[in-house]
Amino acid sequence: MSLHLQARGLGCERDDRWLFKGLDLDIHSGEVVRIEGPNGCGKTTLLKILSGQLSDYQGALFWNGTVMSKARDHFLANLLYLGHAPGIKLGLSPLENLAWYQALSGEKDDEEQRLNALESIGLAGFEEVPTGQLSAGQQRRVALARLTLTPRALWVLDEPFTAIDRNGIADLERQLVAHAKAGGCVLVTTHHDLPASPLLRQVALG
Amino acid sequence: MIAVKATLLRDLTLLLRRRGEILNPLVFFALVITLFPMAISPDPALLAIIAPGLLWVAALLAALLSLDSLFRSDYDDGSLEQLLLAPHSLAALSLAKVAVHWLLTGLPLALIAPLLGVMLSLPTGSYAVLALSLALGSASLSLIGAIGAALTVGLARGGVLLSLLVLPLTIPVLIFGVGAVQAAIVGSGVAAHLAILGALLAASLMLAPWAIAASLRISING
Repeated sequence: MSLHLQARGLGCERDDRWLFKGLDLDIHSGEVVRIEGPNGCGKTTLLKILSGQLSDYQGALFWNGTVMSKARDHFLANLLYLGHAPGIKLGLSPLENLAWYQALSGEKDDEEQRLNALESIGLAGFEEVPTGQLSAGQQRRVALARLTLTPRALWVLDEPFTAIDRNGIADLERQLVAHAKAGGCVLVTTHHDLPASPLLRQVALG
Repeated sequence: MIAVKATLLRDLTLLLRRRGEILNPLVFFALVITLFPMAISPDPALLAIIAPGLLWVAALLAALLSLDSLFRSDYDDGSLEQLLLAPHSLAALSLAKVAVHWLLTGLPLALIAPLLGVMLSLPTGSYAVLALSLALGSASLSLIGAIGAALTVGLARGGVLLSLLVLPLTIPVLIFGVGAVQAAIVGSGVAAHLAILGALLAASLMLAPWAIAASLRISING
């Protein structure tokens, strides 16, 4: 299925300062779109607007040609959002964290899948350790395991490479491109330079 | 439905692993009640008159104290964003969180209240009504309080504001809760008071989840 997220004339004002104004954006299946720009230029805000969390903005959003407010359910059913804060409970084990996400996304309870997702992200052997005892990079990996766990077409990732080691970054880059090749789309902010690929498109803010 | 159950289980597990947070309101409740006989007078006749009010006010404040943390950790670690973006009714998901709050705060408060009632020489015969009225009333308190907690979750120090927002709304629960215990003491019918507490609970069950969901959306927008 081809997906199309469209933004027209997007503008956002914070504290009497325009973060961006008149921004047009088209994101299709099979694309990795990287939003770049200096700190404080509104990358996170843009991602939050595009993922439907903020309503305080100008302009219009369309999902597959329908106004977002009417297509919201379908949009949410296709969205995987990974924010600045990883959304991981430190008091729960990685396995328990993923179990919640599995249920939240409406998937059926499947421990096999959770174990596979953790293994593929390099957390084999840490499944039952309280997440609070893991390193920052490992905690981020628990959140990233959701990419494998929950099949969703549109990935919106805010600085996914934070605290991830070099091998992990290379793996994640491959995963993003593979997802786009398989017909998904990826919207990502990062300061890390992604390797050139015909699927990659850069959008500069600020 | 799976998501609601999973949220319920997740919150229960989390709170049961941090027992301190469950004990805090109970300890506060017990401390306040212990101080009254010392500060006012150990005279059983006097204490018996004021006991229902004292127990209810202390339980109300203890429940209020624990409300601030209801959505706080979810807000801080980003789980709240994920809750909002889940393809489920946010009202149902927040109801699961409120249910956990009641199970681990309101219900324990209702269960230890009769014990503390002994300390205030609450007349026999009113203990069951005290526990029942607190169990019913604290469920309404959790629901009403969650609206305030959702509205103030984005503020760094929302504790005081939360109490200011929520306290006026809890007055009816307080009045009929105390009324039920007093009616039990004088031997008149408690059914009417309990029925009104039940009605308040039914009304908050119906309306509060939507208000909580809307408040969470406002907070995350800010």
